[in-house]
Amino acid sequence: MSTEDQFGLEITELRLGLPGGGGGGGERKVKKRVFLDILGGGDEVDLCGNGGGKNRNMEVAVGWPPVCSYRKRTIIKMYVKVSMDGAPFLRKIDINGFKGYSDFVMALEKLFGLGDECEYIPIYEDNNGDWMLVGFVPWEMFTETCKRLRMKKKVLDGGLQTKNLMRKNEN
Amino acid sequence: MDLNQKRTRTVDRVDSVDPDLVSPESTPMCPFPDEVLEPVLSLINSHKDRSSVSLVCKDWYNAERWSRRHVFIGNCYSVSPEIVVGRFPKIRSVTLKGKPRFSDFNLVPEDWGADVYPWLSVLAKAYPFLEELRLKRMAVSDESLEFLAMNFPEFKALSLLSCDGFSTDGLKAIATHCRNLAELDIQENGIDDLGGDWLSCFPETLTTLQVLNFASLNSEVSFSDLEKLVTRCKSLRVLKVNRTINLDQLQKLLLRAPQLTELGTGTFTQDLVTRPVADLEATFGSCKNLLTISGLWDTNSLYLPVIYPACASLTFLNLSCAALRSFELAMLLIHCKSLRRLWVLDTVGDMGLEAVGSWCPLLEELRVFPADPFEQENVAGVTESGFVAVSRGCPKLHYVLYFCHQMTNAAVATVVQNCPGFTHFRLCIMNLGQPDYVTNEPMDEAFGAVVRTCPNLQRLAVSGLLTDLTFEYIGKYAKNLEILSVAFAGSSDLGLKYVLGGCPRLRKLEIRDCPFGNAALLSGLTKYESMRSLWMSACNLTMNGCRVLAKEMPRLNVEVMKDEDSEDSQAHKVYIYRTVAGPRRDAPPFVLTL
Repeated sequence: MSTEDQFGLEITELRLGLPGGGGGGGERKVKKRVFLDILGGGDEVDLCGNGGGKNRNMEVAVGWPPVCSYRKRTIIKMYVKVSMDGAPFLRKIDINGFKGYSDFVMALEKLFGLGDECEYIPIYEDNNGDWMLVGFVPWEMFTETCKRLRMKKKVLDGGLQTKNLMRKNEN
Repeated sequence: MDLNQKRTRTVDRVDSVDPDLVSPESTPMCPFPDEVLEPVLSLINSHKDRSSVSLVCKDWYNAERWSRRHVFIGNCYSVSPEIVVGRFPKIRSVTLKGKPRFSDFNLVPEDWGADVYPWLSVLAKAYPFLEELRLKRMAVSDESLEFLAMNFPEFKALSLLSCDGFSTDGLKAIATHCRNLAELDIQENGIDDLGGDWLSCFPETLTTLQVLNFASLNSEVSFSDLEKLVTRCKSLRVLKVNRTINLDQLQKLLLRAPQLTELGTGTFTQDLVTRPVADLEATFGSCKNLLTISGLWDTNSLYLPVIYPACASLTFLNLSCAALRSFELAMLLIHCKSLRRLWVLDTVGDMGLEAVGSWCPLLEELRVFPADPFEQENVAGVTESGFVAVSRGCPKLHYVLYFCHQMTNAAVATVVQNCPGFTHFRLCIMNLGQPDYVTNEPMDEAFGAVVRTCPNLQRLAVSGLLTDLTFEYIGKYAKNLEILSVAFAGSSDLGLKYVLGGCPRLRKLEIRDCPFGNAALLSGLTKYESMRSLWMSACNLTMNGCRVLAKEMPRLNVEVMKDEDSEDSQAHKVYIYRTVAGPRRDAPPFVLTL
């Protein structure tokens, strides 16, 4: 009954468009439109995602993946504490929410209201208790091993070329 | 126990008991006198064994029904409460399951049914001394809980799993009126949490509590009342608190109850350190009987190590609320050499699973849940390599639930080679219709390998891009399969036909979004009476097809749930189950019994 069109999954494909049409013709009315089902949070998910680099099938459906409501309510983000030299307060940032160092550092700077040519460099404590320069290891390894962050005031004659390091380790 | 006296009582009852069945003498076919038979049968607890016993002969049927204390009803609509109490006069414990499993994923509309109240009113008359009630996926109102609390003076144990319709007010009634309560186990329910004062309703005289699980409730309870409760209940062995209980409070509770065998912690971190971590560690060390730890919300590298002293004897570690990373899990597992069951979030990654393979040689069950199931970009999670790593190090693994974004046929084949003893294999590749990401082929061969290699397979959940070939394999090889879950799979009616034509032990089949139509449905006509239930939603079934089935098989309830969006001739959601109770009398307007 279903036509062999991309594995026959066109029925479940969610397309952006005005309700009632405009999402591409030929949709059978029989199949219900399926909608993204998200509980809690309020974040918009990029439904027809073009980013991420991976060519995944970005289809969504009610009740999929089969995670029960209780589990959906306890969805966990990975928040890591960030301190800044001189600031009396700490912040938290979700290190899982970024694709790479450039996004991440931009968000860090925004978090503390720092400009482009800022006086702080981000360092982090890893799982071995060592303090490392952010950007020193590949991004994936960083998200895996970072325990907490610190915005350290730059030493004037240090000249550590952190931005180059980060670019090199961008993934 | 004078059995002759009992027989007389039976004859006096005006219900469905055949006087011919009443015979105090043993027949030549059954040489055991009742005085021997009933005490022997009272030692049999497995309901499957008891079913077998009841089929031997009339005397054994009677002996079984009189000696049975616990009844398990897998589908509350398969039988009526009147039939149950008519057959079993001396029940003290009832387990009831209601809604189809897909209701957990919002596929069953509200007010579908499975209300426990009609059961309670019948049970109250027949079993006034009922002690235990275990409900799963039932609709439970506060009125029902109040009724329960007021009408069963010997009531001891209440377990509610995935139920909905009640609030903490209902719990108040239970806490207030159940004077002999030993167990209150509230898990994963759709509960209206109006506050934590239900806990303070336990009277000061209540000292019998053995199990208290309120981990899934959100509101804060009175800590001092909780502490007093824990102190006076010397037999408390299972305590699972909710996230509002902090580490200091947990420490106090553990000092009061070092005898605990199962512990669910509250939040496992603190911003303001009021007590050195070493103290907490020592407290965990003093809990010599701990077998299970769960909870551990918000934990991190600083606080997780406090549980290390308790880890050596742990058999079950539930980390599904703790976003651990690989190194944190690895450090923990080094201490957990007795572990049999492990639940984790996929934040631990493949490296974390390698640690599982390295440190947990006795592992039998692994569940990996997705920390962020709806995030499709930038997700790490676990892959096929973590799965293989666990199988290499854990040859006794027989239960797996694995959520991932990518998998290969080769990896699954390797996993089952390493662990041929699988009884439960539930693989969820979260991206719909995802093929083997290396070869780009369907995942048919993966599940083919599973059913061919694992002769003891009882439960299977499939995912990824699958053609009819997967189902051909399942039908042909999965001789012991009892539960099968299928979503977004198959190419034609053949798929379902293969399964229905094979799998002699199939009991529960749940299917969604597959291209299976009427011909496939009707090919299983003779099979459905040997199954508990069949669920099919968003497939290609029509009302006519379902009507044919209903007509041919009068002892099945064929229920169609009508949906506003779908056309009238389509049967969008179909739930079919065997029953001796006839069509439901409580069906809501959107459920049509054909």
